[in-house]
Amino acid sequence: MAARFLWASRVASHLRISVAQRGFASVVLKDLKYAESHEWVKIDGNKATFGITDHAQDHLGDVVYVELPDLGRSVSQGESFGAVESVKATSDINSPVSGKVVEVNEVLTESPGLVNTSPYEEGWIIKVELSDAGEVEKLMDSDKYSKFCEEEDATH
Amino acid sequence: MRVKNVGVPLMNLVKLRGTPILQQLLLEERLLRSSSANWCILNDGTNLPTIVMGFSGKPCELVELQPVLRDRIPVIKRFTGGGTVIVDENTLFVSLICNRNDLPDVLPYPPSLMAWSGSLYSQVFNGIGDFQLRENDYVFGDRKFGGNAQSITRNRWIHHTSFLWDYSETNMSYLKLPSKVPQYRLGRDHTDFVCRMKDYIERSVFIENTIKAVGTQFMLKELSLDEIDDSCREHLETTRLLTLDELKETLAKTSRSESIAQAV
Repeated sequence: MAARFLWASRVASHLRISVAQRGFASVVLKDLKYAESHEWVKIDGNKATFGITDHAQDHLGDVVYVELPDLGRSVSQGESFGAVESVKATSDINSPVSGKVVEVNEVLTESPGLVNTSPYEEGWIIKVELSDAGEVEKLMDSDKYSKFCEEEDATH
Repeated sequence: MRVKNVGVPLMNLVKLRGTPILQQLLLEERLLRSSSANWCILNDGTNLPTIVMGFSGKPCELVELQPVLRDRIPVIKRFTGGGTVIVDENTLFVSLICNRNDLPDVLPYPPSLMAWSGSLYSQVFNGIGDFQLRENDYVFGDRKFGGNAQSITRNRWIHHTSFLWDYSETNMSYLKLPSKVPQYRLGRDHTDFVCRMKDYIERSVFIENTIKAVGTQFMLKELSLDEIDDSCREHLETTRLLTLDELKETLAKTSRSESIAQAV
């Protein structure tokens, strides 16, 4: 737990955001926004970077493959744009906001495990040009997302 | 979808026999993505030997390309994860497609799905042959007889299994030994690692027990293939049959790489 918080602190320092330590394993970074389907998004002007959260990667298991979208493709909030494979399962990656894909993390093709080891940093999946900045308001902040994860885990 | 005042979700049951595996997989992918109902699909054997790879499978790593091309064995890439199997008329298929909300105690992640399915099949086999879920395989003791895989979308998931009722050694020889094997395999070759389900349970008993086990959690309604609404086809379809040209090109590339490696 301490090691994970240290990792999160280093990430946060690099990203210049603060960390909320949760009462249990998963790390949630403040100043990111979160979707109920466990994707995170970092907004930078009219661009957004997405990935899957630490909670998601922890529950999925070792990621062995990431299916990335084509550049220039449109993505819509809540819709699938790619998939990760782990433990005999493909799991959809859903877009937290709508936009056009302008960059994909091709490193994940050779190193899909970065999604597990560095979900908020080296394991980023795609970057998009936003088509509707207002959609960000529909996402959860870190406190709401932390609570959401706690409630999800508590019911099982 | 739940039956009002009963609290047990509905599940459509489709019983097939000898349906081509490509047709079955395309149907499953469509039902996962375009339907809002729960489904149990049973296919009692498929019509001809076919190799089925997982979502990220690479033919050069998983398949003996020369004999496959020589004997014109079809190779399919499916929409779920996991490994490679060769299926035929002696493979039994059970597929379960569920709404996340209809099984609220099952988290939509692989370990939780597998725990649920392992429990379901424990009811099916009910102590026969020391059945267990072992490193995500269905085994009798330490011998695998069923391979399974999943696909998880935002609100639904599928868990499907190919059970080795019987198998042919000749067919198995079309497959390479995968680079990732479970620890319990302990270096055993294929004949010592897998077993035939027919040595443990009657075919009809397995099918009957499976329907009964699923029926403890769902209210089953049997539908024929013709009764399935196929009007909605606007979904992402990733299951496909690899072309002969693709396989030949892969073989050519592999041969060139091996020649270069040997020369160096």
